[in-house]
Amino acid sequence: MSTSLPGRFGPFGGRFVAETLIPALDELESAYASARADAAFEARRLELLARWVGRPTPLFFAENLSREVGARVWLKREDLCHTGAHKVNNTVGQVLLAKRMGKPRVIAETGAGQHGVATATACALLGLKCEVFMGAEDVRRQSPNVQRMELLGAKVIPVTSGSATLKDAMNEAMRDWVTNVATTYYCVGSVAGPHPYPSIVRDFQRVIGDEARAQLLTDENVLPDAVVAAVGGGSNAMGIFAAFVDDSSVKLIGVEAAGHGVASGKHAATLTAGKPGVLHGMRTYVLQDEDGQIVEAHSISAGLDYPGVGPEHAWLRDTGRAQYVSVDDEEALAGFQLLARTEGILPALESSHAIAALHGVAKQLCKDARILVSLSGRGDKDLNTVRDALAARTAH
Amino acid sequence: MSRIAQAFERAAAEKRPALITYLCAGDPDLASTPDLIVAIAEAGADVIELGVPFSDPTADGPVIQRASERALRAGATVSGVLDAVRAARARTSVPILLFGYYNPLAARGEAKVVREAKDAGADGFLVVDLPPEEAPPLRDHVVALGLDWVPLVAPTSTPARVARAAEVATSFVYVISVAGVTGAGHADLEVAAKRAADVRTATGRKVALGFGIKTADDARRAAPHVDGIVVGSALVTAIAEGGVASASQLVRSLRGALG
Ligand SMILES: Cc1ncc(COP(=O)(O)O)c(C=O)c1O
Repeated sequence: MSTSLPGRFGPFGGRFVAETLIPALDELESAYASARADAAFEARRLELLARWVGRPTPLFFAENLSREVGARVWLKREDLCHTGAHKVNNTVGQVLLAKRMGKPRVIAETGAGQHGVATATACALLGLKCEVFMGAEDVRRQSPNVQRMELLGAKVIPVTSGSATLKDAMNEAMRDWVTNVATTYYCVGSVAGPHPYPSIVRDFQRVIGDEARAQLLTDENVLPDAVVAAVGGGSNAMGIFAAFVDDSSVKLIGVEAAGHGVASGKHAATLTAGKPGVLHGMRTYVLQDEDGQIVEAHSISAGLDYPGVGPEHAWLRDTGRAQYVSVDDEEALAGFQLLARTEGILPALESSHAIAALHGVAKQLCKDARILVSLSGRGDKDLNTVRDALAARTAH
Repeated sequence: MSRIAQAFERAAAEKRPALITYLCAGDPDLASTPDLIVAIAEAGADVIELGVPFSDPTADGPVIQRASERALRAGATVSGVLDAVRAARARTSVPILLFGYYNPLAARGEAKVVREAKDAGADGFLVVDLPPEEAPPLRDHVVALGLDWVPLVAPTSTPARVARAAEVATSFVYVISVAGVTGAGHADLEVAAKRAADVRTATGRKVALGFGIKTADDARRAAPHVDGIVVGSALVTAIAEGGVASASQLVRSLRGALG
């Protein structure tokens, strides 16, 4: 199944992993190909997306927000998915695949906890054992999601090595997978990791873009001028971009987390300020020091707090097909408040980055341009973080 | 013949497997690394695997992870590691195999880091996250300068992959005793050693067995089937607990067990 250079996006992607995992990646690649070709598998997946996840999600014309931004803004409402974020689109597919492959145990890594919750949820439905690695720092920041995972029957394993955040959770998941590869399916949460994960996750998330494109064409009979999405590992962005990559008139704009500001060095703006390197089995842009050591990422949003990015985004960046901008913590908070006030929607802090970028995006475009935004998740999980950040701001 | 190949020949002439020991450069600090290399060589190690610390060592268990963290905290860099190799090389002829992850090497520049390693007196590279598919172009530089490239074979490797590993090897093939990370202790060493012997038969290559070999007794059990054994986490622990003296003592006892 594998070729001599599997899974490349230009020079990015690949399989930079221990030899032990290569046969497992080959097995995954062929199991995925056969599942996707199996009408019964696809029917089951689509049925679960429709009746359990709640797809299609609505496309909402945000009239009040549009007025503020000076563009016509549509929100693709992934926040209305079961479990509250786009992550579940991917876990339904992968956990079905795990079951088909006969793996009784599923592991996952999680940052914000959304992917962990989505994996635990799918495993509960499909009857598989689930263990989730989560940085100890994120366990603290995202405690409601830890409780949700536990109530869903998953085991949450706090990771204290390194920076105790998402990258370390991913390291630990890879270590576990190497050790238990015969019985365990590793459910990767973004378009990251060794081939074939970036392609599998993109394919499972592509439903966001396919639906939004069809919905906009039905409602307005036009394509958007720009598509905007937050980028952590980049799964929701890749999911919505994938449907528009061949539409050359549509600008693709990814929004990274600038944390305390790109100049401060405390940020997660990998495509803006990182360099090509190798992390978590893939060649991609990586935040690293001159010696090739991975640098800790910083963002108010745990889901964007990752020093790498999916390899396909690296390629979209280098070819100029997509543009990547960054939004800092303060701007993201303002984005959160803006959407709450104008549309009555509390967005996830990840999605707040996309909202916060809209003023800048609108300025690049002509007046009343059509902008499609992936609203990747809802903000319930972030209420404590937002409340504390706003309190700290007024205390200054 | 490379210094690593010579070490295997010498051990074979003595009718025993070569003893390969891992330590993490810069743990506890770079200043002590040359002394440790020299002492471990004098205590009987045939080949030194010198770890180049990395922030995200996904193939390592807790013992080597922590060693890597200590080394980085104490200021270890790739160029510092190469300086330590140079300092050790002035005092010992023991072969030194650099063991680590790709990103710190790539960040320095592949051609540059291989040239520097050769100039410092290193003998080869084992890069855990470069399977044969991804090994070029680093391997091309390594081979072009006459250094050794050491691939890994895992319990999960298919016969085709074993053959592929043997193709890219220049001296020996490193057979992992267990699917897992370094320091894992659940391998049946005799089974693993027999599998290593099968790899040798299938490929005609020398084989060393590693991951999970900790004690003289482990070494003794694996010895009859293989051309080399690798001890890593146990030595890292000995260094952390008792410095040069404990490290030397462990190496002497391992070497004693091999005959
Ligand atoms: C709501 C939400 N949006 C976005 C992300 C970022 O991930 P990605 O860029 O992989 O979609 C996350 C990650 O947890 C998330 O929970």
